[in-house]
Amino acid sequence: METSIIISGFGGQGALFAGQVLAHAAMESGKEVTWIPSYGPEMRGGTAHCTVVIGDEPIGSPLVRNPHCVIAMNLPSVDKYEPLVAVGGRLLYDSTLVKRPLRRTDILGVAIPAHDIALRCGSQQLVNIAMLGALLALCPLVELAAVEQALRAHLPERHAELLRPNILALHAGAAYIREQRIAVS
Amino acid sequence: MARALWKGNEALAEAAIRAGVDAFFGYPITPQTELLEYMARRMPELGRVFLQAESEIAAINMVYGAACAGARAMTSSSSPGISLMQEGLSYIAGSEVPCVVVDIMRGGPGLGNIQPSQADYFQLTRSAGHGDFHPLVLAPATLQEAVDLMYASFDLAFKYRTIVIIAGDGALGQMMEPVEMPPMRPPPPDRPDWAVFGAKGRPPRAITSLYLDAEELEQVNQRLQAKLKVIAANEQRWECYLTEDAEYLVVAFGTVARIAKSAVRAARAAGVRAGLFRPISLWPYPAEALSRLIGQMRGVLVVEMNAGQMLEDVRMAVCGRTPLRFLGRMGGVIPMPDEIAAEIVYMARTRQHGNRHGAQRLLQFKE
Repeated sequence: METSIIISGFGGQGALFAGQVLAHAAMESGKEVTWIPSYGPEMRGGTAHCTVVIGDEPIGSPLVRNPHCVIAMNLPSVDKYEPLVAVGGRLLYDSTLVKRPLRRTDILGVAIPAHDIALRCGSQQLVNIAMLGALLALCPLVELAAVEQALRAHLPERHAELLRPNILALHAGAAYIREQRIAVS
Repeated sequence: MARALWKGNEALAEAAIRAGVDAFFGYPITPQTELLEYMARRMPELGRVFLQAESEIAAINMVYGAACAGARAMTSSSSPGISLMQEGLSYIAGSEVPCVVVDIMRGGPGLGNIQPSQADYFQLTRSAGHGDFHPLVLAPATLQEAVDLMYASFDLAFKYRTIVIIAGDGALGQMMEPVEMPPMRPPPPDRPDWAVFGAKGRPPRAITSLYLDAEELEQVNQRLQAKLKVIAANEQRWECYLTEDAEYLVVAFGTVARIAKSAVRAARAAGVRAGLFRPISLWPYPAEALSRLIGQMRGVLVVEMNAGQMLEDVRMAVCGRTPLRFLGRMGGVIPMPDEIAAEIVYMARTRQHGNRHGAQRLLQFKE
């Protein structure tokens, strides 16, 4: 069983980093995992996304057309991935930046006030990890403790002061889902 | 040793370091640059040579010089840079000195783009330079395999005094995957008995690729060809995946092969007995191993990120015994698992082999 996750946002929102943190956490939890970025010209300012595939067997394709889960941190990402999410899959989006309702009814769309959660935890830079926390509350792919560990090990030195806020944001994102009482699967 | 999550380019660099590379010469180009950056940081720490050349032409000639002195020398680049290295590679082949080259292929021709591609299959396998020779070309599909092949590459290069090319693509270079690194081996202290590094106390040696006398050059050519025959006999590598009971075979290499694995699993879930043949050595091509599988197949699908280059090697191995289809994506577009699975299922359902999809972005040649 493989689960595919696409994390997408503006360059600088930390989509690639959130994917790497998830990949590290998955590997440390004994899973097989691949992470592959968009590394084209969009890295230099436009949207950026990465695909993470987590499974129990060695991963075949690191890329998927129809991901099980999408984290969309801006409107272009929702526009791009809403039609592509696998039937029954999950689309989490930042409701601060995305004001339109989703069109699909055969997926679980979850609006996360990630910007507000991030600000409460200390910085708008934390949107990515707040969204990751929310995803993991919905799809328990890895334990939050493994993600915490991955943040400790891989948050760049220059952002050391953001370690605690990142961990706060991770748990705040997960707590938001639990408060909404959205069914976990 | 524990597994760690590595980026492809950096994993290749670390594997080369652990294999005892003495000297790295290169010039940055996306999507390969992280390999060079990693070397720039690590090689000086270890007291080894890192030099960013003024161009790819300079880099490959520095590799040539270091290789003549018996060093474990390497370079890495991406498609346009490899084109610039062709003359130097030919001199290295003609001089029969060992070296390792990493090519993280990108879309072409020309400057093309920086997305993944396999469009340089012909360039690498047919010769990689003027004159009659083939480098040994190895195409990993996972980062663990990339590391393992890189680790073995210098021993192969020195065993045969030949060029070994690790052929990857942008996806392999940029992706991350868990890797178990092999142990660190220091560069061997002794120079080979053909190397030139000062003749004090022994008769001088010469290394050249210049033979003005035709008869003499032909003898050199014959020696080279005899060596290539030995390499061709000894160094064919491949993987068979779910081929035992397969009726429909996918043939793919590198990144496309691992995507095809997912497609083969999906096709099996749809009731088609599909399997995958994955060449790991692109030269020498594992033609006999492929040929042995063909008897049981009702159809073969070749998938590549090019217009059909390995297809020619498959066609020679299949030799008209079973229908052949081709799916190619170009320009840096990566074929998706569902796209390949649809082709396999289509092949099985219809057992017709013309271009019936009509989708222009799919290149399907009737065989």
